[in-house]
Amino acid sequence: MGYDINQFIVILAIMAGLVFVLGKWMTHLFTAPAHNVLERGTYRILGVDPAEPMSWKRYGAVLLLSNAAMMLLGYLILRVQDFLPGDTLARAAQTPDLAFNTAASFTTNTNWQAYSGETSLSNFSQMAAITFLMAISAATGIAAAGGFIRGLSSKSSADIGNYWVDFTRVLYRLLLPLCFVMALVYVWQGMPQTLTADAVATTLEGARQQLILGPVASFETIKHIGTNGGGFFGMNAAHPFENPTPLTNTLHILSMLLIPSALTYTFGSMIANRKQGWAFFAAFFVMFVGFLTLVYGSEHSGNPMLASMGVDQAQTATLGGGNMEGKEVRFGIAQSSLFVTTTTAATTGSVDSMHASLTPLGGFVPLAQMMLNNVFGGDGVGLINLVTYAILTVFLVGMMIGRTPEFLGKKIEAREMKFVMLAVLAHPLSILGFTALACLMPSTLASLANTGPHGFSEVLYAYTSGTANNGSAFAGFNANTPFFNTTIGLAMLVGRYFTLLPMLAVAGVLAAKATVPAGPGTLSTATPLFTALLVFVVLVVGGLTFLPALALGPIVEHLMMLSGTTF
Amino acid sequence: MRNEPSLDAAHQPTQSVFKGLGRPVLVSAVFFMAVTGLAYPLATTGVANLIFPDQAKGSLIVRDGKTVGSRQIGQHFTSAEYFHPRPSMTSGPDPRDPSKTVDQPYNAGASAASNQAVISKKLLTAVAERVAAYQQENGLGTGAPVPVDAVTASASGLDPHISIANARIQAARVAQARGVPVDTVLKLVGQNTSSPQFGLLGDPRVNVLELNLALDAAAPVRPAAQ
Repeated sequence: MGYDINQFIVILAIMAGLVFVLGKWMTHLFTAPAHNVLERGTYRILGVDPAEPMSWKRYGAVLLLSNAAMMLLGYLILRVQDFLPGDTLARAAQTPDLAFNTAASFTTNTNWQAYSGETSLSNFSQMAAITFLMAISAATGIAAAGGFIRGLSSKSSADIGNYWVDFTRVLYRLLLPLCFVMALVYVWQGMPQTLTADAVATTLEGARQQLILGPVASFETIKHIGTNGGGFFGMNAAHPFENPTPLTNTLHILSMLLIPSALTYTFGSMIANRKQGWAFFAAFFVMFVGFLTLVYGSEHSGNPMLASMGVDQAQTATLGGGNMEGKEVRFGIAQSSLFVTTTTAATTGSVDSMHASLTPLGGFVPLAQMMLNNVFGGDGVGLINLVTYAILTVFLVGMMIGRTPEFLGKKIEAREMKFVMLAVLAHPLSILGFTALACLMPSTLASLANTGPHGFSEVLYAYTSGTANNGSAFAGFNANTPFFNTTIGLAMLVGRYFTLLPMLAVAGVLAAKATVPAGPGTLSTATPLFTALLVFVVLVVGGLTFLPALALGPIVEHLMMLSGTTF
Repeated sequence: MRNEPSLDAAHQPTQSVFKGLGRPVLVSAVFFMAVTGLAYPLATTGVANLIFPDQAKGSLIVRDGKTVGSRQIGQHFTSAEYFHPRPSMTSGPDPRDPSKTVDQPYNAGASAASNQAVISKKLLTAVAERVAAYQQENGLGTGAPVPVDAVTASASGLDPHISIANARIQAARVAQARGVPVDTVLKLVGQNTSSPQFGLLGDPRVNVLELNLALDAAAPVRPAAQ
């Protein structure tokens, strides 16, 4: 156990150290005036003027339209896959509802997959549709965060930056170089990177084993750095080709946290208040460590139902122990628990263990983190979500002490609070509304892999994951039906754009306001007190909204496990 | 709200926010697809195959000119003279009727897990059966503790590893089946054990395929024993 905790400390310390490095680099990326030669060439090809200042509406319009065009292109590639040459395994094209779900999923950075990669996608689709959409959705989120921060820090609402510039720079100066180097490390560790579709082996006992291959390493890098999470293979980062060693697992974890955590530093730098950045980082970090403790403790104790059967789940020098159903030996409980916490915190959705087979309290953690949606959060949107709650916090506290709430020197008034509440409410409305709808559909029962409270959790998890743009699943659940493909697809779009766009609006509205000098009545938002208030508000709002649903799922399941009830 | 001027309209009184976006939006989709979906993975493939050709092609193991598997991917073993991997939930088409699906452990063409909840009857029944089978094939008494990895299905269905405890218990059976001393087999287990990476990351583990290959090389099954 001490050895497990050492792993946590070392990995989280490296993560914190990288916040400086990457935070500084992203600040530079968002503020440097000069364009390099590749970028200038790109602007010429696109036919855009990099000097055009954009209002939040213009910025949002470019974001939305370019995302729509990219989603359409991805959809088309998935639909015509079987007409494209090069796939020796001749995999069929996706059906229209499945291709819509897939394209929506990868464009919104959700990466929910109602298909299994090895049987459904050619290597061309894995690159030209999936890797492409993973890269652009990550770049979109980070660019939006840049525009958002600029809006909060600027003096004019007519200029929150230029979307094309932000988007292009994020790809050229951040994502692609990082991904390229990381992919080589991954291949060194044993990840395939080839255009060959498969290799066939004859096992030692004489059976035929078909090994599916492909450009896996270049896929895994952007998948994690971009907090995307979709798997090249059905079993995602649990598949040994997607995650061959504990080192690759650790790099996946660090990659997922890299940009969401560093953006707090970038935020502090760009609004010229480093302490504010650290106050946000602290809020993320405290919640993260709390959830990690819960899932690790629960998984480490193992499944009490197995103990009476003579199964040894105690950790020793020769046995990892714990609840190993749906986990891989090379990761064990510690690396798996850290991955569970990270992938649902950073809303990546990649999995290296099967969340459906987690202990009930272990499974509570991914659900709760996706419901809160701002424990680090996805690339860009995590920070934006936390600012949403920061504004809500100053508003609530302002009401309590009877002062006009202020955030970063700007008065918070009715108009921006309406946008904030739209962003805060769209999320639970989508999760709970769609879950309720699905529970009313008699056909839902046919999709469940487990009955009892776990069956309800499967449905709740699906819409939570879709809305939070996470993409992981309680994976026994069969979501590849027209009803689920469509509603989960819609949940993803609602979850993405109804939080992003209102908050860009907030940035635009705040940008136009005069800055009020801080007075004695101003609540400083860069103090430990504020961090504590912020965490409190996040947990209370999340708890009030989602506790009834959680009580019907993992909480009752936990009680049943303790009392020995089975389904 | 009433008293605020319409902020954005003030700055852009007539221009639509969508003005002039048609071409850049369409071009950007195709252009960035080419950059991120083709140029990037293809460049990575080129460089990776130059530097790490073995891993890039799937870490395949070739014995006597035949591909026998991949170092990264587990294989199904059932005979007594080989170490057995963890239970696997993968399935595949029925060879007699391809429209049906049957259990096919370690089918690397379709990774799969049980996805069963901890209180699922299916899971508990399966584990109980596996415990009994493991105790029997390794000559343990009923009630003897069984390492958890030996009776639970992995996440990928392709887990190449087992725990050291699991390998040590199986060593006696394997040694007997091959007619060699247990110490010889235990030594091979030790040689095929991976420590945590950098002494820190992950759990210690034994690669079953590599161990079984080492067994075949060091203590071949004698034809008489078969």
